[in-house]
Amino acid sequence: MTDVTTDSEVANGASGARGAKPGGRATSIPLMGHDEEPTIFELSSPGRRAWSFRTQDLPEWSAEELVPADQLAPAPVVLAEVSERDLVAHYTRLSHRQYAVDLGAYPLGSCTMKYNPKVCDEAASLPGLADVHPAAPAHLTQGWLELLVALGEGLCEVTGMHDITLQPPAGAAGELTGLLLMRAWHEAQGRQRTKVIIPDSAHGTNPASVTLGGYETVTVKSDERGCVSLAALQEVLDEDVAGIMLTNPNTLGLFEEEIAEIAAAVHEVGGLLYYDGANLNAILGVTRPGDMGFDIVHMNLHKTFAVPHGGGGPGAGPVAVSPRLAPYLPGPKPVRGADGVYGWAQPERSIGRVHGWHGNALALARAYAYLIANGGDGLRSIAEAAVLNANWIRHALRGSYDIPFDRPCMHECVVSATTLKKTKGVKALDVAKRLLEEGFHSPTVYFPLIVDEALMIEPTETESPQTVAALAEALVRIADGASPADAEAPRVNAVRRVDEARAARQLVPTFDARQEATPSPSPSPPSGAEQGAEELKAVGSI
Amino acid sequence: MGEERPGGAGSGSGIVPAMKIPDDLRYSSDHEWVRLEDGRVRVGITDYAQDALGDVVFVQVPEVGAVVSAGDSISEVESTKSVSDIYSPVAGTVVEVNPELDTAPQRLNEDPYGGGWIFVVEPADPADVEALLDAEGYRALVDG
Repeated sequence: MTDVTTDSEVANGASGARGAKPGGRATSIPLMGHDEEPTIFELSSPGRRAWSFRTQDLPEWSAEELVPADQLAPAPVVLAEVSERDLVAHYTRLSHRQYAVDLGAYPLGSCTMKYNPKVCDEAASLPGLADVHPAAPAHLTQGWLELLVALGEGLCEVTGMHDITLQPPAGAAGELTGLLLMRAWHEAQGRQRTKVIIPDSAHGTNPASVTLGGYETVTVKSDERGCVSLAALQEVLDEDVAGIMLTNPNTLGLFEEEIAEIAAAVHEVGGLLYYDGANLNAILGVTRPGDMGFDIVHMNLHKTFAVPHGGGGPGAGPVAVSPRLAPYLPGPKPVRGADGVYGWAQPERSIGRVHGWHGNALALARAYAYLIANGGDGLRSIAEAAVLNANWIRHALRGSYDIPFDRPCMHECVVSATTLKKTKGVKALDVAKRLLEEGFHSPTVYFPLIVDEALMIEPTETESPQTVAALAEALVRIADGASPADAEAPRVNAVRRVDEARAARQLVPTFDARQEATPSPSPSPPSGAEQGAEELKAVGSI
Repeated sequence: MGEERPGGAGSGSGIVPAMKIPDDLRYSSDHEWVRLEDGRVRVGITDYAQDALGDVVFVQVPEVGAVVSAGDSISEVESTKSVSDIYSPVAGTVVEVNPELDTAPQRLNEDPYGGGWIFVVEPADPADVEALLDAEGYRALVDG
């Protein structure tokens, strides 16, 4: 423990004062040193079980008796054999090495990693919500249906839209749904168009969704203020443009001030406006995409509405639309009948289902709890605090980092390590890894692509002024003390610098326990690319 | 090099080592180099480009036999930071691609002007190469 304390004091530049300082730094972890955690297979002992049934009155059947021979694996699957006690301890130890929103600030730009209030979890855990089977008939699920309808109405109110689907399970799924709606609408106008415009600062999911939606991507450059250039947009607008996908505020954290002119120009040629809701947190209760002229809006409930995320979900990416697109929404949709009884209805010209059942329903329940717990005035104060925190950070980092677009930002700010790289040989990635040593999660790096050595910082509204100050101080300290040795960071964390390039070049997405169980007989294992090729071959042959 | 838009990096002073810009090559403003070899042109990305991209993890090479126009996006370089388009610097036909990049994309980082070449084009008009930047012009571009 002495070593750990010394390490962190050096890393923090602390003046020796002990005890908690204000500001949510997670420098108190890891608790118990830096030993590597074995894999669950290394903890395995033949025959050990987590649980056994002491009395068995039921007849036993072998797998061969129950499953056709051609559907049986040639050999039993290798599974870890561990006791419940070892199992729980293993995953608890791993979880203690993980950074989490519940531990401290998580300024991962564009991801809106705000704290998720526990009351929302509690609401979604109510047996009346959690224990309902999705196939239960409408007359037994009136409460659930009322919740879904009310959530949809609330989200339409927040975005200024007319109608909504709650099915898409994530933001990217919402994008694809939106593009399929765009397609269906143009189809019904009698002429399919070919192109969708996106700015060069867009999220990478935008061009991917455009391609999946069957359109060609046309990129429009940002101007020197970091916004869509109306002149550049006019150049690419024609009758083949199906629409434009915009994030507002954009990925630089800047509000597209010419949005009204952009909307008019796109509508002029018969195109639709798609709102990427990744940055909706910045404008909650202040302005609405519908009022800006957008036709299709997706929301990331796992960002803006505090549904837990990271690690792959489950998220929720509802899509709200203007009246002319409502008939095409996915169905069946939860609806309130004239008699006050809730049921399901299929929109007249529905594009069909985009997800099984009713979306990630418990994520939707959490978002509804968040919506009504905050109310309209609460949502507005969320946006205001998020914007204030980001601007506070931007001011505090002046002089330590380059700020390519140094004017009032919205909920996140983008700074650059270009000068640090030039003068001290320290890149944005090194700064991000140094921040882990300081007890904070890293910001997003190298995005948006139009900023060199970008660090995209989104403190969110849930961090206190003390935590925002501590985060800014840590970033300033990193810049002041930057040295080529930072390429080794993080040095005091349980996991050191990972080799991202090797992970991508030698892509081994599955773990084969059999290789681990049988150590290589070769005294000098092959290295580098050879080893990767062998691993790939081994995985491919399973 | 469509997506990538590097700003002004080191020009030889300070801690960042000088970028290599061989005098005998031609360059595009998209940070690609071109070497004229018996009427054919070999193409890769510059030292500056590989440094800005970071560790290259995947290269999608064009099809041999593809007929391309100058400025066509015909290849893609993926690094741990981003995915960037590679454009054909001249019009012509792709006659050769670097087979090694499939298993060793890191050649672009290790040896950008040698083993990291990406493709060879038989130009429709070899004089097109003259329109590209020379070493001095490219140095002015990256120092600017």
